[in-house]
Amino acid sequence: MIEVNDLVKRFNKFTAVDHISFDVKEGERFALLGPNGAGKSTTIKMLTTLLEPSEGQLFLNGYNVVKEKDQARKSFGIVFQDPSLDNDMTAWENMQLHAILYGVNTSKLKKRSKELLELVELWNRKDSLVKTFSGGMKRRLEIARGLIHEPKILFLDEPTVGLDAQTRSLLWNYVDNLSKVKKMTIFFTTHYLEEAENNADKIAIIDHGKIIQIGSPKDLMKLTKTKTLEKAYLKLTGESIRDEKVDPHEAWRSRVRARNMR
Amino acid sequence: MKVIYILWLRQIKRFFRSKSRIVGSVGQPMLFLLALGYGLGSVYKRAGQGDYLHFLVPGIMIQTALFAAMFYGAMIIFDRQFGFLKETMVSPVSRLKIMIGGALGGATTATLQGILVLVVSYALGFRASHFLMVFVAIFIMLILSLAVASFSSGIGSFVEDMQGFQSINQFLVFPLYFLSGALYPLNNVPTWLRIIAEINPISYTVDFMRWALIGQTKFGITKDLVVLLITLVVCVLFGAYRFKKVQA
Ligand SMILES: Nc1ncnc2c1ncn2[C@@H]1O[C@H](COP(=O)(O)OP(=O)(O)OP(=O)(O)O)[C@@H](O)[C@H]1O
Ligand SMILES: [Mg+2]
Repeated sequence: MIEVNDLVKRFNKFTAVDHISFDVKEGERFALLGPNGAGKSTTIKMLTTLLEPSEGQLFLNGYNVVKEKDQARKSFGIVFQDPSLDNDMTAWENMQLHAILYGVNTSKLKKRSKELLELVELWNRKDSLVKTFSGGMKRRLEIARGLIHEPKILFLDEPTVGLDAQTRSLLWNYVDNLSKVKKMTIFFTTHYLEEAENNADKIAIIDHGKIIQIGSPKDLMKLTKTKTLEKAYLKLTGESIRDEKVDPHEAWRSRVRARNMR
Repeated sequence: MKVIYILWLRQIKRFFRSKSRIVGSVGQPMLFLLALGYGLGSVYKRAGQGDYLHFLVPGIMIQTALFAAMFYGAMIIFDRQFGFLKETMVSPVSRLKIMIGGALGGATTATLQGILVLVVSYALGFRASHFLMVFVAIFIMLILSLAVASFSSGIGSFVEDMQGFQSINQFLVFPLYFLSGALYPLNNVPTWLRIIAEINPISYTVDFMRWALIGQTKFGITKDLVVLLITLVVCVLFGAYRFKKVQA
């Protein structure tokens, strides 16, 4: 369902993603784990047509992501790491706009939006402007929005950041159900390793733009002779904190984001 | 079609929700109308040119539509900064539709602002030569706004921030406007100014507008219409081309 061959992304001289390859099967739940700045979001941006790869091939649902963008775009849904809601519209309007962009018909739009807003407990706030939401409420809305059109492939870039434990477990139950019942392929990143341990069928660990290990959570623990994924992860990536390269544009965005979250 | 409609609607809703934008949109043109209309009115009359307010209103309406439509490009910059642009960019909708939907919305709100200024002008004593011609005026504003909104989406697609966008406004749009004959007749101006006005598409739109509202034309309406339509086509092509390359 997802195929990545020898993918490279360079920003000027800096290589953010360095010759990575992997594939994800239909209905599989795949986690890309790695320290800050490892290249996870960059990989997702290339897979979702937001960034052009410097080298390599990408396929989603059999479509070449670079050459058949529109077909590829029809195949996935995404919850971004950074905010992407329209703050000056209501929760409902954000849902509606999304559904129409993805060609969801009106009756399904209404039904799905209600279902999902109820799931993330925003139904009674559906007519409030998004800018009046708390950080966690915005996050929940982003997730609900990403699910309306029932894509074949769902990308979740740190979906649970800033969410309370209840919502997190609710979300993962829902996502597991999607992969089992609807055969939806799930591609996610997270820094909560127990989430990956419990919800991923396959994990790739990426560091400095390179994939250092791929396998099921069990494989990784066996390989490193550890009892939890967290320990396995630390063994593979080392314990030191990453010095993320500071990009002024990114820094600005994260400031905006921090402000929106408040 | 539904996609274009919903993106159009988004601009309309955002406009009506922002009281400050509505007030601001008429504030500046009003200032021009009052300061220039009353300030220069008597000089204008003494020079034997007739009533300045009537001469000025069509120009001020073009000003309103022009700058309001330019503002649409700034919306794209905000959408990028607040992240919403990503939402549209990953969707399976052609970039052209996204651009056109938003630009139509920007053009509609710009035209509404122009209409508001016309209403205010009526309160100040302005009268169109024929009431039905007001609809022609609205049509002209709509076409101009659509051209300018498309142009500004092209600009908003590659300019990184508001400062960059403002400098385009200051070094391109302001001069085009001030040198267009919107504020003064082009009959007795120095040759260089006349030449600039004659290669400036805004001059023709102003001329067209003046014809519609007070029955005066310098270039003739055929020329005015042709220039307006060419401007529209060029701007839409430019906007579509640049917007295709937009980076969220
Ligand atoms: N537009 C850009 N221009 C320059 N460098 C960039 C750009 N986007 C990302 N980078 C760099 O690429 C590297 C990988 O960034 P990326 O966002 O993919 O990390 P990540 O694995 O998602 O990290 P996090 O866990 O913090 O979200 C970082 O060093 C980052 O500074
Ligand atoms: Mg990231």
